[in-house]
Amino acid sequence: MELTKRQQDILDGKEGDVKAKVMKTLIMYGETFGAPKMVDVTGKYGHLVTSFGLSVMKPVYDLMDTLIDGGALSSQKFSVDPRPLENCVPRNLIQNIFFKVMYSKQADYDKQLKTLGIMADDAYTCTCYMDEVGNIPDEGDILSWAESSAVVYANSVLGARCNRNSGILDLFGSIVGCVPYFGLLTDDGRKADWLIEVRTSSRPEAQLLGSAIGMKVMEQVPYVTGLDRYFSELDDEAKAYFKDFGAATASNGAVGLYHIENLTPEARKQGRSLLRENYRTFVIDDAVLEETERNYPVIWKDRSASPKLAFIGCPHLSAAQLESWSDRIDEALKRNGKDKVSVKTVMTAAPAVMENFKKSDKAVRLQKEGVILSHICPLMYMNNPKCASMPVITCSNKLRTYTSAKYCKEADLLEAITGGAR
Amino acid sequence: MTKKVFQGRAVVKGSVTAEALVSKGGFNTLASYQHALMFGDKEGKCSDQNNQDLYKKPMSGKALCMPQTIGSTTGGLVLYCAASMSRQPACLLFSKEIDSLAAAGAILADVWTESSMPTIDNLGDEFLSYVQTGDKITVSEDGTVTVERE
Repeated sequence: MELTKRQQDILDGKEGDVKAKVMKTLIMYGETFGAPKMVDVTGKYGHLVTSFGLSVMKPVYDLMDTLIDGGALSSQKFSVDPRPLENCVPRNLIQNIFFKVMYSKQADYDKQLKTLGIMADDAYTCTCYMDEVGNIPDEGDILSWAESSAVVYANSVLGARCNRNSGILDLFGSIVGCVPYFGLLTDDGRKADWLIEVRTSSRPEAQLLGSAIGMKVMEQVPYVTGLDRYFSELDDEAKAYFKDFGAATASNGAVGLYHIENLTPEARKQGRSLLRENYRTFVIDDAVLEETERNYPVIWKDRSASPKLAFIGCPHLSAAQLESWSDRIDEALKRNGKDKVSVKTVMTAAPAVMENFKKSDKAVRLQKEGVILSHICPLMYMNNPKCASMPVITCSNKLRTYTSAKYCKEADLLEAITGGAR
Repeated sequence: MTKKVFQGRAVVKGSVTAEALVSKGGFNTLASYQHALMFGDKEGKCSDQNNQDLYKKPMSGKALCMPQTIGSTTGGLVLYCAASMSRQPACLLFSKEIDSLAAAGAILADVWTESSMPTIDNLGDEFLSYVQTGDKITVSEDGTVTVERE
Protein backbone atom coordinates (compact mmCIF):
# COMPACT_ATOMS: atom_id res chain seq x y z
CA MET A 1 0.00 0.00 0.00
CA GLU A 2 1.18 3.49 -0.84
CA LEU A 3 1.72 5.55 2.32
CA THR A 4 2.41 9.25 2.80
CA LYS A 5 5.53 10.20 4.74
CA ARG A 6 3.48 10.91 7.85
CA GLN A 7 1.68 7.57 7.60
CA GLN A 8 5.00 5.77 7.08
CA ASP A 9 6.52 7.60 10.07
CA ILE A 10 3.67 6.47 12.30
CA LEU A 11 4.08 2.90 11.04
CA ASP A 12 7.80 3.12 11.74
CA GLY A 13 7.12 4.04 15.35
CA LYS A 14 8.12 7.71 15.23
CA GLU A 15 4.96 8.57 17.22
CA GLY A 16 5.30 5.59 19.55
CA ASP A 17 4.90 1.84 19.46
CA VAL A 18 1.19 1.86 20.19
CA LYS A 19 0.34 4.21 17.30
CA ALA A 20 2.56 2.07 15.08
CA LYS A 21 0.47 -0.96 16.02
CA VAL A 22 -2.74 1.00 15.36
CA MET A 23 -1.45 1.95 11.89
CA LYS A 24 -0.35 -1.64 11.20
CA THR A 25 -3.86 -2.88 12.04
CA LEU A 26 -5.48 -0.37 9.68
CA ILE A 27 -3.05 -1.22 6.89
CA MET A 28 -3.71 -4.96 7.25
CA TYR A 29 -7.42 -4.18 7.22
CA GLY A 30 -7.05 -2.13 4.03
CA GLU A 31 -4.80 -4.63 2.29
CA THR A 32 -7.43 -7.32 2.84
CA PHE A 33 -9.70 -5.32 0.57
CA GLY A 34 -7.06 -4.20 -1.91
CA ALA A 35 -6.92 -0.60 -0.67
CA PRO A 36 -4.19 1.21 -2.65
CA LYS A 37 -3.73 3.98 -0.07
CA MET A 38 -4.85 5.50 3.19
CA VAL A 39 -6.95 8.69 2.96
CA ASP A 40 -7.39 11.45 5.52
CA VAL A 41 -10.46 11.47 7.70
CA THR A 42 -12.19 14.75 6.78
CA GLY A 43 -15.30 14.57 8.94
CA LYS A 44 -15.06 16.89 11.95
CA TYR A 45 -16.07 14.23 14.50
CA GLY A 46 -15.78 10.48 14.88
CA HIS A 47 -18.45 8.12 16.20
CA LEU A 48 -17.76 5.02 18.28
CA VAL A 49 -20.07 2.04 18.71
CA THR A 50 -18.69 0.90 22.06
CA SER A 51 -20.50 2.80 24.80
CA PHE A 52 -21.06 0.18 27.44
CA GLY A 53 -18.97 -0.68 30.48
CA LEU A 54 -19.78 -4.36 30.33
CA SER A 55 -17.72 -6.22 32.90
CA VAL A 56 -17.05 -9.20 30.59
CA MET A 57 -15.61 -6.94 27.87
CA LYS A 58 -12.43 -6.48 29.89
CA PRO A 59 -10.18 -6.96 26.83
CA VAL A 60 -11.65 -3.80 25.29
CA TYR A 61 -10.97 -1.69 28.37
CA ASP A 62 -7.47 -3.12 28.68
CA LEU A 63 -6.88 -2.11 25.07
CA MET A 64 -8.19 1.40 25.79
CA ASP A 65 -5.70 1.65 28.68
CA THR A 66 -2.93 0.54 26.33
CA LEU A 67 -3.91 3.30 23.88
CA ILE A 68 -4.09 5.95 26.60
CA ASP A 69 -0.81 4.89 28.22
CA GLY A 70 0.84 4.87 24.79
CA GLY A 71 -0.35 8.40 24.00
CA ALA A 72 -2.58 7.14 21.19
CA LEU A 73 -5.53 9.48 21.81
CA SER A 74 -8.12 10.41 19.21
CA SER A 75 -7.05 13.24 16.89
CA GLN A 76 -10.70 14.28 16.59
CA LYS A 77 -13.50 14.52 19.12
CA PHE A 78 -16.16 11.82 18.84
CA SER A 79 -19.66 10.85 19.90
CA VAL A 80 -20.48 7.37 21.09
CA ASP A 81 -23.46 5.01 21.25
CA PRO A 82 -25.99 5.27 24.11
CA ARG A 83 -25.29 4.36 27.70
CA PRO A 84 -27.00 1.18 28.91
CA LEU A 85 -28.73 2.44 32.06
CA GLU A 86 -30.83 5.24 33.46
CA ASN A 87 -32.68 5.21 36.78
CA CYS A 88 -36.06 6.12 35.28
CA VAL A 89 -36.26 2.91 33.23
CA PRO A 90 -38.22 0.21 35.10
CA ARG A 91 -36.29 -2.56 36.84
CA ASN A 92 -36.96 -4.72 39.84
CA LEU A 93 -34.53 -5.62 42.61
CA ILE A 94 -33.14 -8.70 40.89
CA GLN A 95 -32.83 -6.99 37.51
CA ASN A 96 -31.01 -4.16 39.27
CA ILE A 97 -28.51 -6.55 40.87
CA PHE A 98 -27.81 -8.03 37.45
CA PHE A 99 -27.36 -4.57 35.94
CA LYS A 100 -24.89 -3.57 38.65
CA VAL A 101 -22.79 -6.66 37.99
CA MET A 102 -23.10 -6.53 34.19
CA TYR A 103 -22.23 -2.88 33.74
CA SER A 104 -19.80 -2.51 36.64
CA LYS A 105 -17.18 -1.00 34.31
CA GLN A 106 -19.39 1.87 33.11
CA ALA A 107 -17.88 4.65 35.26
CA ASP A 108 -14.34 3.51 34.44
CA TYR A 109 -15.13 3.32 30.73
CA ASP A 110 -16.76 6.78 30.77
CA LYS A 111 -13.47 8.12 32.17
CA GLN A 112 -11.52 6.37 29.41
CA LEU A 113 -13.81 7.91 26.75
CA LYS A 114 -13.27 11.36 28.27
CA THR A 115 -9.50 10.90 28.12
CA LEU A 116 -9.65 9.55 24.57
CA GLY A 117 -11.73 12.51 23.31
CA ILE A 118 -15.55 12.29 23.64
CA MET A 119 -17.07 15.54 22.26
CA ALA A 120 -19.42 16.23 25.22
CA ASP A 121 -20.49 14.60 28.47
CA ASP A 122 -23.90 13.80 26.96
CA ALA A 123 -22.71 12.74 23.48
CA TYR A 124 -24.04 9.20 24.00
CA THR A 125 -26.48 8.26 21.23
CA CYS A 126 -26.72 6.10 18.12
CA THR A 127 -28.23 9.13 16.31
CA CYS A 128 -25.28 11.50 16.62
CA TYR A 129 -26.37 13.20 13.38
CA MET A 130 -29.37 14.89 15.04
CA ASP A 131 -29.15 18.71 15.04
CA GLU A 132 -29.26 18.79 18.84
CA VAL A 133 -26.18 16.51 19.05
CA GLY A 134 -24.23 18.19 16.27
CA ASN A 135 -22.16 15.41 14.75
CA ILE A 136 -23.45 15.97 11.21
CA PRO A 137 -20.94 15.18 8.45
CA ASP A 138 -20.97 17.09 5.18
CA GLU A 139 -21.63 15.37 1.86
CA GLY A 140 -18.41 13.74 0.67
CA ASP A 141 -16.73 13.72 4.09
CA ILE A 142 -14.54 10.70 4.83
CA LEU A 143 -15.47 9.21 8.21
CA SER A 144 -14.05 6.72 10.66
CA TRP A 145 -17.32 5.70 12.28
CA ALA A 146 -18.88 2.50 13.51
CA GLU A 147 -22.50 1.80 14.65
CA SER A 148 -24.25 0.18 11.75
CA SER A 149 -27.33 2.42 11.82
CA ALA A 150 -25.23 5.61 11.96
CA VAL A 151 -22.88 4.48 9.19
CA VAL A 152 -25.72 3.60 6.82
CA TYR A 153 -27.45 6.92 7.59
CA ALA A 154 -24.27 8.96 7.08
CA ASN A 155 -23.57 7.23 3.75
CA SER A 156 -27.09 7.21 2.40
CA VAL A 157 -28.94 10.25 3.73
CA LEU A 158 -26.00 12.61 4.25
CA GLY A 159 -23.82 11.43 1.36
CA ALA A 160 -20.72 11.05 3.54
CA ARG A 161 -18.29 8.18 2.91
CA CYS A 162 -17.65 5.53 5.51
CA ASN A 163 -17.12 1.80 5.50
CA ARG A 164 -18.93 -0.47 7.91
CA ASN A 165 -16.04 -0.30 10.32
CA SER A 166 -15.94 -2.44 13.38
CA GLY A 167 -15.82 -1.14 16.93
CA ILE A 168 -12.18 -0.41 17.91
CA LEU A 169 -11.24 0.26 14.27
CA ASP A 170 -13.54 3.31 14.42
CA LEU A 171 -11.31 4.73 17.14
CA PHE A 172 -8.11 3.61 15.39
CA GLY A 173 -8.99 5.71 12.33
CA SER A 174 -9.69 8.73 14.55
CA ILE A 175 -6.35 8.23 16.33
CA VAL A 176 -4.13 8.26 13.24
CA GLY A 177 -6.49 10.48 11.21
CA CYS A 178 -6.69 8.21 8.18
CA VAL A 179 -8.58 5.17 6.92
CA PRO A 180 -7.93 2.68 4.11
CA TYR A 181 -9.44 3.62 0.76
CA PHE A 182 -11.78 0.85 -0.35
CA GLY A 183 -15.43 -0.17 -0.50
CA LEU A 184 -17.93 2.57 0.28
CA LEU A 185 -15.21 5.24 0.13
CA THR A 186 -14.83 4.71 -3.61
CA ASP A 187 -17.19 5.73 -6.43
CA ASP A 188 -17.35 2.16 -7.66
CA GLY A 189 -18.16 0.80 -4.18
CA ARG A 190 -21.17 3.07 -4.07
CA LYS A 191 -22.77 1.63 -7.20
CA ALA A 192 -26.00 -0.29 -6.65
CA ASP A 193 -26.14 -4.08 -7.05
CA TRP A 194 -29.90 -4.29 -6.67
CA LEU A 195 -32.93 -2.48 -8.03
CA ILE A 196 -35.61 -2.75 -5.35
CA GLU A 197 -39.07 -1.88 -6.61
CA VAL A 198 -41.45 -1.03 -3.78
CA ARG A 199 -45.01 -1.71 -4.97
CA THR A 200 -46.94 -1.80 -1.71
CA SER A 201 -50.51 -0.54 -1.41
CA SER A 202 -49.52 2.08 1.16
CA ARG A 203 -46.36 3.51 2.71
CA PRO A 204 -44.58 0.49 4.16
CA GLU A 205 -43.43 0.37 7.76
CA ALA A 206 -39.82 1.61 7.61
CA GLN A 207 -38.34 -1.09 9.82
CA LEU A 208 -40.23 -3.89 8.08
CA LEU A 209 -39.23 -2.73 4.61
CA GLY A 210 -35.62 -2.32 5.74
CA SER A 211 -35.64 -5.81 7.19
CA ALA A 212 -36.95 -7.38 3.96
CA ILE A 213 -34.35 -5.54 1.89
CA GLY A 214 -31.47 -6.25 4.31
CA MET A 215 -32.21 -9.97 4.35
CA LYS A 216 -32.32 -10.01 0.54
CA VAL A 217 -29.28 -7.95 -0.42
CA MET A 218 -27.10 -8.65 2.66
CA GLU A 219 -24.00 -6.41 2.30
CA GLN A 220 -24.77 -5.14 -1.19
CA VAL A 221 -26.07 -1.72 -2.19
CA PRO A 222 -29.78 -1.41 -3.04
CA TYR A 223 -31.30 1.31 -5.24
CA VAL A 224 -34.89 1.64 -4.06
CA THR A 225 -37.73 2.96 -6.20
CA GLY A 226 -41.33 3.67 -5.31
CA LEU A 227 -40.78 5.53 -2.04
CA ASP A 228 -40.87 8.93 -3.72
CA ARG A 229 -44.64 8.39 -3.87
CA TYR A 230 -44.68 8.94 -0.11
CA PHE A 231 -41.98 11.59 0.30
CA SER A 232 -41.52 14.59 -1.98
CA GLU A 233 -38.28 15.73 -0.33
CA LEU A 234 -35.74 14.68 2.27
CA ASP A 235 -37.41 16.60 5.09
CA ASP A 236 -37.38 15.72 8.81
CA GLU A 237 -40.15 13.14 8.39
CA ALA A 238 -38.33 11.45 5.52
CA LYS A 239 -35.00 11.52 7.39
CA ALA A 240 -36.59 9.86 10.42
CA TYR A 241 -38.18 7.23 8.16
CA PHE A 242 -34.86 6.46 6.46
CA LYS A 243 -33.07 6.40 9.83
CA ASP A 244 -35.34 3.54 10.90
CA PHE A 245 -35.31 1.90 7.47
CA GLY A 246 -31.50 1.96 7.36
CA ALA A 247 -31.13 0.54 10.86
CA ALA A 248 -33.20 -2.46 9.79
CA THR A 249 -31.25 -2.97 6.55
CA ALA A 250 -28.00 -2.90 8.52
CA SER A 251 -29.04 -5.18 11.37
CA ASN A 252 -31.17 -7.69 9.44
CA GLY A 253 -28.56 -7.69 6.68
CA ALA A 254 -25.28 -5.84 6.40
CA VAL A 255 -26.22 -2.84 4.29
CA GLY A 256 -23.85 0.13 4.57
CA LEU A 257 -25.38 2.30 1.85
CA TYR A 258 -28.70 2.54 0.05
CA HIS A 259 -29.98 4.92 -2.59
CA ILE A 260 -33.60 6.10 -2.64
CA GLU A 261 -34.73 7.28 -6.05
CA ASN A 262 -35.28 11.06 -6.24
CA LEU A 263 -34.56 11.51 -2.54
CA THR A 264 -31.07 10.62 -1.27
CA PRO A 265 -28.20 12.83 -2.46
CA GLU A 266 -26.47 10.50 -4.91
CA ALA A 267 -29.72 9.14 -6.31
CA ARG A 268 -30.91 12.70 -6.94
CA LYS A 269 -27.72 13.54 -8.85
CA GLN A 270 -26.99 10.29 -10.66
CA GLY A 271 -30.34 8.51 -10.84
CA ARG A 272 -30.37 4.99 -12.23
CA SER A 273 -26.87 5.39 -13.62
CA LEU A 274 -25.90 4.27 -10.10
CA LEU A 275 -27.05 0.76 -11.01
CA ARG A 276 -24.30 -1.67 -11.98
CA GLU A 277 -24.52 -3.26 -15.40
CA ASN A 278 -25.63 -6.64 -14.10
CA TYR A 279 -27.90 -5.48 -11.29
CA ARG A 280 -30.57 -7.79 -9.95
CA THR A 281 -34.20 -6.83 -9.32
CA PHE A 282 -36.41 -7.57 -6.32
CA VAL A 283 -40.04 -6.48 -6.13
CA ILE A 284 -41.52 -5.81 -2.70
CA ASP A 285 -45.29 -5.86 -2.38
CA ASP A 286 -47.64 -6.31 0.57
CA ALA A 287 -47.27 -10.11 0.41
CA VAL A 288 -43.48 -9.96 0.71
CA LEU A 289 -43.72 -7.76 3.80
CA GLU A 290 -46.41 -9.97 5.35
CA GLU A 291 -44.24 -13.04 4.82
CA THR A 292 -41.19 -11.27 6.21
CA GLU A 293 -43.04 -10.39 9.40
CA ARG A 294 -44.62 -13.84 9.69
CA ASN A 295 -41.20 -15.48 9.62
CA TYR A 296 -39.81 -13.59 12.61
CA PRO A 297 -39.23 -16.05 15.43
CA VAL A 298 -40.92 -15.25 18.75
CA ILE A 299 -38.84 -16.61 21.63
CA TRP A 300 -41.00 -15.59 24.54
CA LYS A 301 -41.46 -18.48 26.97
CA ASP A 302 -45.22 -17.97 26.75
CA ARG A 303 -45.97 -16.78 23.24
CA SER A 304 -49.45 -15.63 24.27
CA ALA A 305 -48.27 -13.61 27.30
CA SER A 306 -49.40 -10.02 27.73
CA PRO A 307 -46.52 -7.59 27.18
CA LYS A 308 -45.01 -6.10 30.30
CA LEU A 309 -42.84 -3.48 28.65
CA ALA A 310 -42.66 -1.65 25.32
CA PHE A 311 -39.66 0.07 23.77
CA ILE A 312 -39.97 2.79 21.14
CA GLY A 313 -36.74 4.31 19.86
CA CYS A 314 -34.11 1.93 18.53
CA PRO A 315 -32.41 3.76 16.88
CA HIS A 316 -33.04 6.81 19.06
CA LEU A 317 -36.06 8.93 18.08
CA SER A 318 -35.89 12.33 16.45
CA ALA A 319 -37.66 15.34 17.99
CA ALA A 320 -40.38 15.09 15.35
CA GLN A 321 -40.88 11.39 16.10
CA LEU A 322 -41.20 12.12 19.83
CA GLU A 323 -43.88 14.69 19.06
CA SER A 324 -45.68 12.38 16.67
CA TRP A 325 -45.71 9.52 19.17
CA SER A 326 -46.98 11.89 21.85
CA ASP A 327 -49.94 12.85 19.66
CA ARG A 328 -50.66 9.30 18.59
CA ILE A 329 -50.56 7.93 22.13
CA ASP A 330 -52.80 10.71 23.41
CA GLU A 331 -55.35 10.18 20.64
CA ALA A 332 -55.34 6.40 21.11
CA LEU A 333 -55.79 6.68 24.88
CA LYS A 334 -58.77 8.97 24.40
CA ARG A 335 -60.20 6.64 21.78
CA ASN A 336 -59.86 3.70 24.15
CA GLY A 337 -61.22 5.61 27.16
CA LYS A 338 -57.94 5.48 29.12
CA ASP A 339 -55.84 8.01 31.01
CA LYS A 340 -52.56 6.11 31.11
CA VAL A 341 -50.75 3.53 29.05
CA SER A 342 -51.58 0.00 30.11
CA VAL A 343 -48.11 -1.38 29.28
CA LYS A 344 -45.02 0.27 30.73
CA THR A 345 -43.61 2.16 27.76
CA VAL A 346 -40.13 3.60 27.36
CA MET A 347 -39.30 6.04 24.58
CA THR A 348 -35.64 6.70 23.91
CA ALA A 349 -33.77 9.55 22.21
CA ALA A 350 -30.38 11.23 22.38
CA PRO A 351 -29.83 13.06 25.69
CA ALA A 352 -29.78 16.48 23.98
CA VAL A 353 -32.90 15.66 21.93
CA MET A 354 -34.74 14.38 25.00
CA GLU A 355 -33.77 17.34 27.18
CA ASN A 356 -35.19 19.74 24.60
CA PHE A 357 -38.34 17.65 24.20
CA LYS A 358 -38.90 17.46 27.95
CA LYS A 359 -39.48 21.23 27.98
CA SER A 360 -42.54 20.83 25.74
CA ASP A 361 -46.19 20.37 26.67
CA LYS A 362 -46.25 17.17 24.63
CA ALA A 363 -43.55 15.67 26.83
CA VAL A 364 -45.36 16.67 30.02
CA ARG A 365 -48.54 15.10 28.65
CA LEU A 366 -46.72 11.90 27.70
CA GLN A 367 -45.21 11.57 31.16
CA LYS A 368 -48.62 12.13 32.78
CA GLU A 369 -49.90 9.32 30.59
CA GLY A 370 -47.23 7.07 32.10
CA VAL A 371 -44.65 7.03 29.31
CA ILE A 372 -41.02 7.02 30.44
CA LEU A 373 -38.59 9.24 28.53
CA SER A 374 -35.01 8.02 28.52
CA HIS A 375 -31.71 8.10 26.65
CA ILE A 376 -30.61 4.48 27.22
CA CYS A 377 -29.85 1.83 24.65
CA PRO A 378 -32.82 -0.58 24.78
CA LEU A 379 -30.59 -3.34 23.44
CA MET A 380 -28.27 -2.99 26.41
CA TYR A 381 -31.26 -3.12 28.74
CA MET A 382 -32.54 -6.29 27.13
CA ASN A 383 -29.13 -7.94 27.49
CA ASN A 384 -29.96 -8.43 31.15
CA PRO A 385 -31.28 -12.03 31.31
CA LYS A 386 -33.84 -10.99 33.90
CA CYS A 387 -35.16 -8.42 31.44
CA ALA A 388 -34.87 -10.75 28.45
CA SER A 389 -37.18 -13.22 30.15
CA MET A 390 -39.97 -10.62 30.26
CA PRO A 391 -42.47 -10.32 27.39
CA VAL A 392 -41.27 -7.08 25.78
CA ILE A 393 -42.65 -5.58 22.57
CA THR A 394 -41.00 -3.11 20.22
CA CYS A 395 -41.50 -1.52 16.84
CA SER A 396 -37.74 -1.76 16.26
CA ASN A 397 -36.57 -4.51 13.97
CA LYS A 398 -33.03 -3.94 15.20
CA LEU A 399 -34.05 -4.58 18.79
CA ARG A 400 -35.99 -7.66 17.70
CA THR A 401 -32.94 -9.03 15.91
CA TYR A 402 -30.60 -8.84 18.89
CA THR A 403 -32.93 -9.58 21.81
CA SER A 404 -36.03 -11.52 22.85
CA ALA A 405 -38.26 -8.50 22.19
CA LYS A 406 -41.21 -9.21 19.89
CA TYR A 407 -41.66 -7.00 16.85
CA CYS A 408 -44.95 -5.17 16.35
CA LYS A 409 -45.79 -2.70 13.64
CA GLU A 410 -46.20 0.81 15.04
CA ALA A 411 -50.01 0.73 14.85
CA ASP A 412 -50.15 -2.64 16.62
CA LEU A 413 -47.77 -1.48 19.34
CA LEU A 414 -49.84 1.67 19.80
CA GLU A 415 -53.00 -0.34 20.33
CA ALA A 416 -51.20 -2.72 22.70
CA ILE A 417 -49.91 0.04 24.98
CA THR A 418 -53.07 2.13 24.96
CA GLY A 419 -55.37 -0.71 25.89
CA GLY A 420 -56.93 -1.20 22.51
CA ALA A 421 -55.56 -4.68 21.86
CA ARG A 422 -53.03 -7.21 23.08
CA MET B 1 -14.00 -41.53 4.21
CA THR B 2 -14.33 -38.80 1.58
CA LYS B 3 -11.96 -35.94 1.23
CA LYS B 4 -12.29 -32.68 -0.70
CA VAL B 5 -9.84 -29.79 -0.95
CA PHE B 6 -10.75 -26.13 -1.44
CA GLN B 7 -8.40 -23.24 -2.09
CA GLY B 8 -9.05 -19.83 -0.57
CA ARG B 9 -7.12 -16.73 0.43
CA ALA B 10 -5.46 -16.59 3.84
CA VAL B 11 -6.55 -13.28 5.39
CA VAL B 12 -4.86 -14.36 8.63
CA LYS B 13 -2.42 -17.20 8.11
CA GLY B 14 -2.28 -20.27 10.33
CA SER B 15 -2.84 -24.00 10.42
CA VAL B 16 -5.41 -25.87 12.48
CA THR B 17 -7.62 -28.96 12.50
CA ALA B 18 -11.14 -28.69 13.92
CA GLU B 19 -14.73 -29.86 13.55
CA ALA B 20 -16.89 -27.88 11.12
CA LEU B 21 -19.82 -25.78 12.29
CA VAL B 22 -21.72 -24.50 9.28
CA SER B 23 -23.99 -21.49 8.88
CA LYS B 24 -25.54 -21.47 5.43
CA GLY B 25 -26.79 -17.90 5.95
CA GLY B 26 -24.97 -14.78 7.15
CA PHE B 27 -23.37 -15.11 10.58
CA ASN B 28 -24.58 -12.35 12.89
CA THR B 29 -21.55 -12.01 15.16
CA LEU B 30 -23.10 -9.90 17.92
CA ALA B 31 -26.35 -11.86 18.06
CA SER B 32 -24.39 -15.14 18.03
CA TYR B 33 -21.82 -14.28 20.71
CA GLN B 34 -23.91 -11.95 22.85
CA HIS B 35 -24.90 -14.44 25.55
CA ALA B 36 -21.63 -16.37 25.48
CA LEU B 37 -19.59 -13.26 26.23
CA MET B 38 -22.11 -11.79 28.60
CA PHE B 39 -22.42 -14.83 30.81
CA GLY B 40 -19.00 -16.39 30.53
CA ASP B 41 -20.07 -19.44 28.51
CA LYS B 42 -16.76 -21.09 27.67
CA GLU B 43 -18.38 -23.25 24.96
CA GLY B 44 -19.56 -20.09 23.22
CA LYS B 45 -23.07 -21.36 22.47
CA CYS B 46 -24.69 -19.42 19.64
CA SER B 47 -27.49 -17.13 20.83
CA ASP B 48 -28.74 -15.95 17.44
CA GLN B 49 -32.41 -16.99 17.36
CA ASN B 50 -32.55 -16.18 13.64
CA ASN B 51 -29.81 -18.65 12.73
CA GLN B 52 -31.40 -22.08 12.82
CA ASP B 53 -28.13 -23.74 11.68
CA LEU B 54 -26.23 -22.57 14.76
CA TYR B 55 -28.71 -21.56 17.46
CA LYS B 56 -27.62 -23.00 20.83
CA LYS B 57 -24.67 -24.89 19.31
CA PRO B 58 -21.16 -24.40 20.81
CA MET B 59 -18.85 -22.29 18.63
CA SER B 60 -15.60 -22.21 20.65
CA GLY B 61 -12.89 -24.29 18.98
CA LYS B 62 -15.01 -25.06 15.89
CA ALA B 63 -14.16 -24.39 12.26
CA LEU B 64 -16.85 -21.80 11.64
CA CYS B 65 -17.98 -21.94 8.00
CA MET B 66 -20.22 -19.21 6.56
CA PRO B 67 -20.80 -16.98 3.56
CA GLN B 68 -20.04 -13.76 5.50
CA THR B 69 -20.89 -12.01 8.75
CA ILE B 70 -23.80 -9.60 9.12
CA GLY B 71 -25.29 -7.23 11.67
CA SER B 72 -23.86 -4.83 14.22
CA THR B 73 -20.55 -3.05 13.76
CA THR B 74 -19.54 -4.39 17.15
CA GLY B 75 -18.83 -7.58 15.17
CA GLY B 76 -15.06 -7.21 15.00
CA LEU B 77 -14.83 -6.12 18.59
CA VAL B 78 -16.84 -9.17 19.64
CA LEU B 79 -14.45 -11.50 17.79
CA TYR B 80 -11.51 -9.66 19.37
CA CYS B 81 -12.99 -10.19 22.84
CA ALA B 82 -13.69 -13.85 22.13
CA ALA B 83 -10.07 -14.31 21.03
CA SER B 84 -8.73 -12.41 24.04
CA MET B 85 -10.69 -14.75 26.29
CA SER B 86 -9.70 -17.86 24.28
CA ARG B 87 -13.33 -18.52 23.30
CA GLN B 88 -12.87 -17.88 19.61
CA PRO B 89 -13.65 -20.36 16.84
CA ALA B 90 -10.63 -22.45 15.76
CA CYS B 91 -10.79 -20.71 12.40
CA LEU B 92 -13.10 -18.59 10.26
CA LEU B 93 -13.88 -19.94 6.79
CA PHE B 94 -15.78 -17.78 4.30
CA SER B 95 -17.20 -18.90 0.99
CA LYS B 96 -17.34 -15.26 -0.23
CA GLU B 97 -14.88 -12.42 0.14
CA ILE B 98 -14.60 -11.57 3.81
CA ASP B 99 -16.70 -8.60 5.01
CA SER B 100 -15.24 -5.59 6.78
CA LEU B 101 -16.42 -6.53 10.27
CA ALA B 102 -15.10 -10.08 10.22
CA ALA B 103 -11.82 -8.84 8.72
CA ALA B 104 -11.49 -6.32 11.53
CA GLY B 105 -12.10 -9.01 14.14
CA ALA B 106 -9.64 -11.45 12.58
CA ILE B 107 -6.93 -8.78 12.26
CA LEU B 108 -7.50 -7.34 15.75
CA ALA B 109 -7.19 -10.84 17.16
CA ASP B 110 -4.00 -11.42 15.17
CA VAL B 111 -2.27 -8.12 15.99
CA TRP B 112 -3.46 -7.48 19.55
CA THR B 113 -3.90 -10.94 21.15
CA GLU B 114 -1.88 -14.12 21.58
CA SER B 115 -4.72 -16.28 20.25
CA SER B 116 -4.71 -17.96 16.87
CA MET B 117 -7.74 -17.74 14.59
CA PRO B 118 -6.69 -18.51 11.00
CA THR B 119 -9.08 -16.84 8.61
CA ILE B 120 -9.65 -17.92 5.00
CA ASP B 121 -12.02 -16.32 2.51
CA ASN B 122 -13.03 -16.78 -1.14
CA LEU B 123 -13.50 -20.53 -0.71
CA GLY B 124 -16.38 -20.44 -3.18
CA ASP B 125 -20.06 -21.34 -3.11
CA GLU B 126 -19.22 -25.01 -3.69
CA PHE B 127 -17.37 -25.09 -0.38
CA LEU B 128 -20.43 -23.92 1.53
CA SER B 129 -22.71 -26.28 -0.39
CA TYR B 130 -20.43 -29.21 0.37
CA VAL B 131 -19.28 -28.74 3.96
CA GLN B 132 -21.49 -30.08 6.74
CA THR B 133 -21.49 -29.55 10.48
CA GLY B 134 -19.34 -32.31 12.01
CA ASP B 135 -16.92 -32.64 9.07
CA LYS B 136 -13.21 -32.67 9.91
CA ILE B 137 -11.56 -29.48 8.64
CA THR B 138 -7.84 -28.95 8.17
CA VAL B 139 -6.59 -25.45 7.38
CA SER B 140 -3.10 -24.86 5.97
CA GLU B 141 -0.95 -21.71 5.93
CA ASP B 142 -1.46 -21.21 2.20
CA GLY B 143 -5.26 -20.99 2.47
CA THR B 144 -5.94 -24.63 1.56
CA VAL B 145 -8.94 -26.10 3.37
CA THR B 146 -9.41 -29.87 3.45
CA VAL B 147 -12.84 -31.26 4.33
CA GLU B 148 -12.98 -34.91 5.46
CA ARG B 149 -16.16 -36.88 6.11
CA GLU B 150 -16.57 -40.38 7.57
